[in-house]
Amino acid sequence: MRVNVPISAAAWTRFFSRWDILAFLLILGLLVFLAEASRHLFEPLAELQRQPPSLDPRNLPEYAARTTLRMLIAMVASLLFTFTYATLAAKSRTAERLLIPLLDILQSVPILGFISVTVVFFMALAPGRVLGAELASIFAIFTSQAWNMAFSFYQSLRTIPAELEEASRNFRLSPWMRFWRLDVPFAMPQLIWNMMMSMSGSWFFVVASEAISVGNTTITLPGIGSYIALAIERRDLVAVCWAIGAMLIVIFIYDQVLFRPLVAWADRFRFEQEPGTQAPESWVFDVLRRSRLIERLIAPFAALWRQTLRPRHPEKYVPAAQAAANMQGRFAFQVGLIVVALAAVALWQTVSFAIEGITMSDVATTLVLGLATLTRVVVLIALASVIWVPIGVWVGVRPRVANLIQPLAQFLAAFPANLLFPIVVSIIVAWKLSPNIWLSPLMILGTQWYILFNVIAGAAAIPNELRAVGVNLRVRGWLWWRRIALPAVLPYYVTGAITASGGSWNASIVAEVASWGDEHLQADGLGAYIAQQTDAGDFHRIVLGIAVMSLFVVVINRLFWRPLYFYAERKFRLG
Amino acid sequence: MTAALLDIHNLRQSFPRADGGEHLVLDGVELALNEGQIVGLLGRTGSGKSTLLRLIAGLAQPTGGTVTYLGQTVNAPAPGIAMVFQSFALFPWLTVLENVQLGLEALGLPLPEIRKRALAAIDLIGLDGYESAYPRELSGGMRQRVGFARALVVHPNILLMDEPFSALDVLTAETLRTDFLELWGEGKLPIKGVILVTHNIEEAVLMCDRILLFSSNPGRIISDIAVDLKQPRNRLDPQFRDMVEKIYVAMTARKATPMQIGTVPTATITTVLPRVSANLMAGLVETLAAAPFNGKADLPVLADELAMESDELLPVAESLQMLRLAEIEGGDIKLTDIGRQFAEMGTDDRKRLFQRQLLAYVPLAAHVRHVLQERANHVAPKSRFLDELEDHMSTEDAEHTLRAVIAWGRFGEVFAYDDDSETFSLENPS
Repeated sequence: MRVNVPISAAAWTRFFSRWDILAFLLILGLLVFLAEASRHLFEPLAELQRQPPSLDPRNLPEYAARTTLRMLIAMVASLLFTFTYATLAAKSRTAERLLIPLLDILQSVPILGFISVTVVFFMALAPGRVLGAELASIFAIFTSQAWNMAFSFYQSLRTIPAELEEASRNFRLSPWMRFWRLDVPFAMPQLIWNMMMSMSGSWFFVVASEAISVGNTTITLPGIGSYIALAIERRDLVAVCWAIGAMLIVIFIYDQVLFRPLVAWADRFRFEQEPGTQAPESWVFDVLRRSRLIERLIAPFAALWRQTLRPRHPEKYVPAAQAAANMQGRFAFQVGLIVVALAAVALWQTVSFAIEGITMSDVATTLVLGLATLTRVVVLIALASVIWVPIGVWVGVRPRVANLIQPLAQFLAAFPANLLFPIVVSIIVAWKLSPNIWLSPLMILGTQWYILFNVIAGAAAIPNELRAVGVNLRVRGWLWWRRIALPAVLPYYVTGAITASGGSWNASIVAEVASWGDEHLQADGLGAYIAQQTDAGDFHRIVLGIAVMSLFVVVINRLFWRPLYFYAERKFRLG
Repeated sequence: MTAALLDIHNLRQSFPRADGGEHLVLDGVELALNEGQIVGLLGRTGSGKSTLLRLIAGLAQPTGGTVTYLGQTVNAPAPGIAMVFQSFALFPWLTVLENVQLGLEALGLPLPEIRKRALAAIDLIGLDGYESAYPRELSGGMRQRVGFARALVVHPNILLMDEPFSALDVLTAETLRTDFLELWGEGKLPIKGVILVTHNIEEAVLMCDRILLFSSNPGRIISDIAVDLKQPRNRLDPQFRDMVEKIYVAMTARKATPMQIGTVPTATITTVLPRVSANLMAGLVETLAAAPFNGKADLPVLADELAMESDELLPVAESLQMLRLAEIEGGDIKLTDIGRQFAEMGTDDRKRLFQRQLLAYVPLAAHVRHVLQERANHVAPKSRFLDELEDHMSTEDAEHTLRAVIAWGRFGEVFAYDDDSETFSLENPS
């Protein structure tokens, strides 16, 4: 009988393999990194002012480490949020009705909006310490990561195959065990993909989340983001290049040490059972998996973990359905009460808040500015589509090129708009161009890649036979695009365009205002309005701007993107 | 006499319908499972046999009646009732061993015992050497063996099987059946009774001690047949053939009984139509017309010849009967004169004949055409007919029925249908 016994006697004969040495180094590195990066958390806030950030590139490793740690902590928080929020939404009909629309709106609230509204609260949590500022920054990063992860997890939970669901009920898995044995594994591949997207998103806003300035509150936390902010303020092109280099390295390390191993590991959770495409590989994952040292280190934790999965009263026969139904009924009623109460309070608060400091002309202004930003988003998405759809299709039908392009596009998606300020601002000033037009491309800088990603995926998914038919019937040129390529990628394109459009709204806050040293440029738009009010610390108008922007995003999603998505899904989804 | 393991009394299951009425799936089901028995639930799609199995497993709640297992009412998954699934339902991220251990872990047994019992089950079911394989590395047959091992390892009193062999190829399915019967016969399986859901008549006769025959829409037990043949059974044994024939007769005869006018049941506008393609019907007519059948065939023989299962063949045969191209009697199918003419015709004539039969004997097709003719623009939305059908059947059946009539209507050029705009019209695109 061939069984994998976790600790075999043979293992003792060769205690150290080369995998062990590598693994040991990896773990040691991780510990040093954590200690180094978290050392400053409990220092008093004054320490920050005493040691102002400097542009010395020798500081960059430390800055990079601290930025990385923040993103990591935010990622853990996002995962916790995802696991609880999305699970609740998927398991309870009542909760679902409230939580999913809420998530939809949260997703449309611009990230800067969260920062400006919550920074004071977080500073108050740990008065006078760096910790409070760090929490504010981490929360800002969290808001750029959590929503799409929660959506992905919720959607996975809703699509668990009925038979697996029945099997886990038939074998009477406890809810906790079911969660870890069925729900999480099933959702994992999709979730990891979304984690990678989230990480790109938080890089894009790295400046906004580290160099926080709301009215009189100004916080500059040491990190790559504030380094970039300082470099821009001082017009230091060399420092900008250093920052780009540091970012490149950090993103590369993240990819190699975190995401690639995760993707390789999650490959086993793919639900399709066919031995299909090549499995993803990762050297870090191989090292960790092959090292006996790691295995032995993990064993006790694994055993402990298994203990938590064990049911406490297995022999007890619970007529679960009925009990659950009763409980759910009572639960739903209580939740309903709380929700109604909260909604009433929120309404009262909003109304009184609005009456206090906002006039009708303010509302009109934001609506007009919203239309201006809307025009930009529409034009930019159209332009990006015209450029990236043909390129994406071209790349997608060539798997080798696609493999080269994917990581590149992923890096470009993470590239913060601020890093292009020097070039854009200089050009606009030198040639006396209109910022209203020429600042706009910055909005789509990070988000256009989602169109490219998805179109590549769509084109790669065109069945070989379908392409062969095209060749066989000599379908070429425009006819080929019209009858084969475009319909086949449409559902994918729509998915990408939805992400790109939502992201562009979000990016407008950092893209409609640009500065390079004392050169400040501003376009007329809702993003610039929010950024401006944040600088001024006018909370009434910040909230108004955020509310109007969320409204625009939600309405456009409901009226345009969603119907288009369902249409494309129904008509053009292959297979 | 031993007490019944499982007692089902007056069981009823229904779902709310769109118009506020209810769609009855199971009605008045009585069943007792005794120790040492394999009971087969045999019926067509829509007979509610899988629903019944899920009620027994405690995966769903009945609308009325009771399921009693060892004196306790089942209203949640009960310990001691394990299930084998049609498409295996293995967790793709767990190895064979981990899949098998799953149910034991849920029982909270100590780890060494889990390991011991899982390995014993793997050994018993012939999966030795595959412990660390993932399901995707295994063939269908091996996967279903894991499904069996996973169910047996918890030592259930009752094993529920939901068409466990229907997703496998013929040879693999036969091997697995034989292996199972052998272990069962030798008393090596830690189970006391089996309930098998199947639509395969031969499989039921091969494996079961008792066969309950289900009618469709709603599912009712129409016949309780004891199979007294000795194990191992031989498919070629005349007694075995007789039993298969008898069940074919019972399954095809029942539709005629409620309506005694003439010999052939007449469809009404509310009849749920099977989704059978016109091509398949034409193919069956041709096969029947040609040698060796020359217009008449024994249904089991015909199923063998075409390598079709009864569940696939019967809807086609009944569609032919509905259109008066053939008639079914006593387990035989016979071409009518019209059917013979149809076999001789070319495509265009066939379409014309099909159109005539369709308008005469499928009231829904005639109804759709009539509505279109009455409207000034000769166009009607799909929803108009769907709503009408949903007053009489479940949403799902209504959709299926409308799809079936669209397919037939297109073949017979009775009307046209545009799926993009979801509208019926009288004009074909020219």
